[in-house]
Amino acid sequence: MADELTAGGGEALRFRTDEAPEEPVVTLDAFLASQSDASAVRLEAGEDARKLIPHLGTIALIEVDFPRFRDGRGYSAGRILREAGYEGELRAAGDVLVDQIDFMRRCGFDSFAPDAPIDPATMQASIERYAFHYQSDAIGSVPVWKLRHG
Amino acid sequence: MYRYDKYDQAIVDARVAEFRDQAARRLAGKITEDQFKPLRLKNGLYLQLHAYMLRVAIPYGTLDSRQMHMLAHIARKYDRGYGHFTTRQNIQYNWIKLEEAADILAELATVEMHAIQTSGESIRNLSSDQYAGATADEIADPRPWAELIRQATTFHPEFSYLPRKFKIAVTAANEDRAAIRLHDIGLKLVRNEAGEEGFEVYIGGGMGRTPFVAPLIRPFLPADHLFSYIEAALRVWNRNGRRDNIHKQRIKILVHDLGQEEFTRQVEAEWQEILKNGSDVPRAEFDRIAAYFAPPPFETGLSEEVDRSDPDFALWLDQNVKAHKAPGYAIVNISLKPVGGIPGDASADQIDLMADLAKQYSFDELRVTHAQNIVLPHVRKADLHTVWQALHDAGLAEANLDLISDIIACPGLDYCSLANARSIPVAQKIATRFADLGRQRELGELKLKISGCINACGHHHAGHIGILGVDRKGTENYQLLLGGSGAEDASLGKITGPGFSEDGIVEAVERVTDKYLEVRENGERFLDTYRRVGFEPFKEAIYG
Amino acid sequence: MKLLTGNDLPSGAVIWWTGSGWSRHVEDAADVGDNGEAILQAESGARRVNGGYVIDASETPEGPRPAHIKDRIRALGPTVRADLTLKPADPEAGSWVI
Repeated sequence: MADELTAGGGEALRFRTDEAPEEPVVTLDAFLASQSDASAVRLEAGEDARKLIPHLGTIALIEVDFPRFRDGRGYSAGRILREAGYEGELRAAGDVLVDQIDFMRRCGFDSFAPDAPIDPATMQASIERYAFHYQSDAIGSVPVWKLRHG
Repeated sequence: MYRYDKYDQAIVDARVAEFRDQAARRLAGKITEDQFKPLRLKNGLYLQLHAYMLRVAIPYGTLDSRQMHMLAHIARKYDRGYGHFTTRQNIQYNWIKLEEAADILAELATVEMHAIQTSGESIRNLSSDQYAGATADEIADPRPWAELIRQATTFHPEFSYLPRKFKIAVTAANEDRAAIRLHDIGLKLVRNEAGEEGFEVYIGGGMGRTPFVAPLIRPFLPADHLFSYIEAALRVWNRNGRRDNIHKQRIKILVHDLGQEEFTRQVEAEWQEILKNGSDVPRAEFDRIAAYFAPPPFETGLSEEVDRSDPDFALWLDQNVKAHKAPGYAIVNISLKPVGGIPGDASADQIDLMADLAKQYSFDELRVTHAQNIVLPHVRKADLHTVWQALHDAGLAEANLDLISDIIACPGLDYCSLANARSIPVAQKIATRFADLGRQRELGELKLKISGCINACGHHHAGHIGILGVDRKGTENYQLLLGGSGAEDASLGKITGPGFSEDGIVEAVERVTDKYLEVRENGERFLDTYRRVGFEPFKEAIYG
Repeated sequence: MKLLTGNDLPSGAVIWWTGSGWSRHVEDAADVGDNGEAILQAESGARRVNGGYVIDASETPEGPRPAHIKDRIRALGPTVRADLTLKPADPEAGSWVI
């Protein structure tokens, strides 16, 4: 996990080597209605990520809102988008806490825009904490059952 | 039973380190209580009425003597010398310190135990049939499937911030000893006409504020797709479940709001998508797990004879001991409901004794039941008297399985900050009123369940007689329910009318049982009489 | 009167604001009047209390008596295990709760 990491505090934390898209995000409604040439879209927590599936090839950034850290809808949105083959930047924004980063990464999020600063050392420790996972995920973790049987 | 390999152990060890770090950050003020609370709940640590409470997972209620001895050790070293076995087959400790919690988890990890996802908005401990692997009436042992799902749902990245808690139960017999239809997902292992194994899948059951018996969502799910189907149901709920009102966020609300047909349609559609991920666990892994649940090396040629000459032993034999599939063996039920005692509690000494008995007489295995009792699943008939004698000397031989004094009771207001009323004193008073064993046997099977609040941890909706504690203008008050069942004939109890004081509810229960004796026919159980004659005769008897 | 109560963060023990600090004994609890929330905020921030809240209580010769049975159970301990309460040797302690 080489990738660039910048300190938190309102700035995005990115696990990508490409340039961060600079275009402002448009809402899902706007994207679908009249701005489908936009390359950055924002999904609110309750919106249907599958509506973007026909457009994934032209989108460079999807930002998914986490309005309250207990609201886990965004994890499904992330996984659905990666399952559909999305390869652009997938950003978790909002009430994103350091103890959630690892789960979010495993759901395919590769950048984070937390409301409150995240300590990079704590984040690094939590990402490296688990050498093994029971499930497959969006970042290619080999599930334990596969390690057992090859 | 299942044994960790290096992967299981590494995951649990990492979890201990993670929690140790999280707790340290909380104690140092680096995270707030609001941020820390979900993290500690994911490790079963509540802030409760008297102290922190720790709920340790006992996966599908199965453990060995080594683990049971550790539970006794935890009770002595970190708590106040006892533990409480719960209605989800776990154990709880009521006097835990946050500053010691990581040490407790570290000790548990040395015997393949943990407190992972036993609380909070998590996928909780899977529960199962306490007679699994010992009973003749199951088509196969359901526990390997429970273990497979336990692993697959541990630290699942998509489902760690669910709308609410999520409880799964799995059985494999027609008699439902795990109340599967009162769970978020209930699974019954079956065989189709081709002889293939699969599951009846029930989704949307639960008690609490809005109780529901789960509808059958899928009559036959091929067993190899169990995990992907559960993922589909979880994803539909995670995406669409309410997030605005904590009392309306369980999956049962979504099933009810969408209706069975639409909910099923959404789950089936999502399942087709999820199947493309190939996330199902392969049969080779199931077989690896199942090998741990192979039957123990039962002896053959054993005697079926049991010397009944000791009358107290004979009473216990008749009430607490059940038939085993292997000739010469029996299933022993250890009641944790001594008349006048605290339902489900066991002292450290009692826990150690049960561990020793399991090791010597039950192929080193015990079960916890959702009725808060303990089972020794594989006891030779020849050893029953010896086992009984040891239990008797330890106050663990109450011969009341499924009788009126075998009460399920939540900890209630004596221990729980969510409670509106105390439940344990009510249980004690009722058990004492009906203490006479002859009277209890005359009443027969009568499942009485008490909850101290609407959250229904005491399963009062599923009681043949149920009692719900409420707060009535600052005073404890108790509502009476009749006709509930958590078995395969699942039904929800009906409130009889105005509530009672603590002494009043005991009288009311007695009026109900007197009425039952008056009108029953042909040795009917109480529940059957109630269902036959209906609510009105009982209401009349209670309120006059 | 108004009492401020909560749990000790590291140990979880039930504690009562005395006016200058925290005690495990409700007899030491002080009337916080209208200042409960302000005190709570300061003490929570300093991590000297966890999960605190203000309750009603009445003054009695034995000391403050919380209005609600739940807080009286918190003050003493479980009514069904006298040996686990703060006053295991006092046979009358339970009747104070109920």
